[in-house]
Amino acid sequence: MSERIPLHNLSFKERVDRDLNDPALRHNFREAMDFLMDKRKGRFTDDHQLQLLRDRGSSIRKRALSKLPDLLEQLESKLRENGIRVHWAETPEEANSIVLDIARHHGAKTMIKGKSMVSEETELNEFLEHNGVEAIEADMGEFILQLAEDKPSHIVMPAIHKTKEDIARLFEQNLDDCEYTEDVDTLIQSARKELRRRFHAADIGLTGVNFMVAETGSLVLVENEGNGRMATTVPKVHIAMTGIEKVIERLDDLPPLLTLLTNSATGQPVTTYVNMISSPRKQDEDGPEEVHLVLLDNGRTIPYADEEMRQTLQCIRCAACMNHCPVYTRLGGHAYGTTYPGPIGSILSPHLLGLEETKDLPSASSLCGACGEVCPVRIPIPDLLRRLRHEGVRKLKKDEAPVIRGHGAKYTHTEKAAWLSWSKLYSSPAMYRTFALSATLLRGLTPSKMKGWTDYRTSPKPAKKSLHSLVKQYRKQQDQYSEKQAGDKG
Amino acid sequence: MSELFVNAMGDTGNPPEPVTSESSKPRSNPDRNYPDRPDTVYLYGTCLVDLLQPQAGLDALKLLEREGINVVFAEQQTCCGQPAYTSGYDDEAREVALMQMQAMPEDWPVIVLSGSCGGMMHHHYPKMFTGLPEQQQAQAFAERVFEFTEFLVHVLGYQPEDQGEPETVAVHTSCAARREMNVHHTGWALVDALRNVKRVVHDHEFECCGFGGSFCVRYPDISGAMVNDKVTAITDTRADRLISADYGCLMNINGALEFQQHKIRGEHLASYLWERTTGEKHV
Ligand code: SF4
Repeated sequence: MSERIPLHNLSFKERVDRDLNDPALRHNFREAMDFLMDKRKGRFTDDHQLQLLRDRGSSIRKRALSKLPDLLEQLESKLRENGIRVHWAETPEEANSIVLDIARHHGAKTMIKGKSMVSEETELNEFLEHNGVEAIEADMGEFILQLAEDKPSHIVMPAIHKTKEDIARLFEQNLDDCEYTEDVDTLIQSARKELRRRFHAADIGLTGVNFMVAETGSLVLVENEGNGRMATTVPKVHIAMTGIEKVIERLDDLPPLLTLLTNSATGQPVTTYVNMISSPRKQDEDGPEEVHLVLLDNGRTIPYADEEMRQTLQCIRCAACMNHCPVYTRLGGHAYGTTYPGPIGSILSPHLLGLEETKDLPSASSLCGACGEVCPVRIPIPDLLRRLRHEGVRKLKKDEAPVIRGHGAKYTHTEKAAWLSWSKLYSSPAMYRTFALSATLLRGLTPSKMKGWTDYRTSPKPAKKSLHSLVKQYRKQQDQYSEKQAGDKG
Repeated sequence: MSELFVNAMGDTGNPPEPVTSESSKPRSNPDRNYPDRPDTVYLYGTCLVDLLQPQAGLDALKLLEREGINVVFAEQQTCCGQPAYTSGYDDEAREVALMQMQAMPEDWPVIVLSGSCGGMMHHHYPKMFTGLPEQQQAQAFAERVFEFTEFLVHVLGYQPEDQGEPETVAVHTSCAARREMNVHHTGWALVDALRNVKRVVHDHEFECCGFGGSFCVRYPDISGAMVNDKVTAITDTRADRLISADYGCLMNINGALEFQQHKIRGEHLASYLWERTTGEKHV
């Protein structure tokens, strides 16, 4: 599993093919997802309460998004009041250079990082390295991936595709005085020792953000390992990096969202650490001297403009949708080829990257609805997947404003023509009956090979008679019977 | 800290009631208003039953008539339009949807032999026609669409009189029946009402069988992996029979069962109920 071909060299179908046929990977993901599903289920034992809480979570996120421009303004002025510097980035490149500028300003050589999916989105590590700043991942999962020169396959548990043995080998090769062991505690201890040393040497700490509270100007960060606490307190400078949609209106909005997030993600009632950052250090206090917030757009304002698509931005990144997704469970995260895999990735990535690059993702779903059923903020993921399919196969009308980059990226004349004739056939009962008649009469001619289908199944055979004919025949029998009865009586 | 917060954490004095998601007790469906027992209904066979498993449609018709309901099978019915809709071809889907609504104009309940097509007509028709002249028509139509098992249980209060020999049954519920129509309980309830039948639960029963309409041809290998797991889970139960109220899933699962040379084949619940209550078995 460790010798993987770089993602970008393969098409989506090729990646699917590669990962579906990796039995160890399939097995690992099934087990891990089952575990996470069970954990979540164990916490939400009262379905009625869960539904009320989801209503609440959804309405908090909807309300925040409905006022997004105002809340961002309020957030910025509150944060400034609190002494936190705010930077706006429209593109990943802009976000990265803002971070680099801050680093250069402080003459920083190393940056220690808590988990941040947005920094994965901007490929910050590669950029910094290129520019002479070393970025060190401090989240255990991300640390493992950095050693392995690998990418996250899950948004909450980035290294979930790695086995204990993979990690043992990796640590043996890369860490000082770490012998091969499969004892998880020893492995974690070795990594922690290494990380602690690096924390003290780092000039800057960088983290993601789970929520930003506009009312109080606070940055909220939840985590279990303490790397977020370290990254936000030990180095002299803390940079937080996140997407513009993460803002919520009031401090009161936070508890229900935290409950939904941690219970949905890992089945935890609360995480080990809940960090609330509201200012740099004050006199006689610990903590960084400077706190920066980098707010990234990267295409998020495009779905924002459309009421239905906007719901994509409600996401609180709990990963429950991928944990419950039968497709993700069988592929793992890398096959998607995007920073955010699974159902949330399939509805978000098309906005971040455009449909040209991501056109296959929305159709790689059976629309089973498991994601929508568990989403703590009630994002109708299946509806959005379908909508994206629609945008992928239609051309924009004249003067119509685009709701996504890459309208019609999946459009082909052949498929359009096929659906047109399908629609003609099924909206004309007479034509349909003729079709049904020939399909049933000529059932012997049904092809025994149907592309894809018959690799796993035998081909379906039409019945001798359609239901239309059976009902007609049955009614005739009924009539004859009652005529006969009437005759017998008379 | 809000009250909901504390409650959701299970830290209040009253222990929360456990979710009995595997129970077959039909819960009332909070999303629906069920009508009184009607004199007449439309039976919507669905295009797959029409061409591939028509006996299920006829059995459903006979069963409803035996319960004293007049059943109208509209000649003009074809397909609900879902294949085009889920592929993103909205205009083409609307065209077909309109035809179905025109085919069943009277104010009678429309009984659909599939949770998936039922979900399409009940949930998606109103959305498809939003802002169009047919919006109201679609809304009114959607209101009278009922999935077969929910109609039997919630409207007719149907209790099957089991005449059959003892046997075990695995039940597959379609994703739309479960998650869009919320009718998995009614399907289970009907099977559980059969005195001599024992319903066995299979591994990952809540998981999709991999059909997904065009998904299974667009991504045959992902779909194939899913249906293979489903077949293993079902055959591992060693149940005598496999029953579902959706023929789409059954076409998928049966194809894989036959491909792997298993003996068991899935049957539609309508046929199964007819068989168990009359002793007539179709071969
Ligand atoms: S879409 Fe919903 S379930 Fe998926 S990560 Fe976001 S909040 Fe969680």
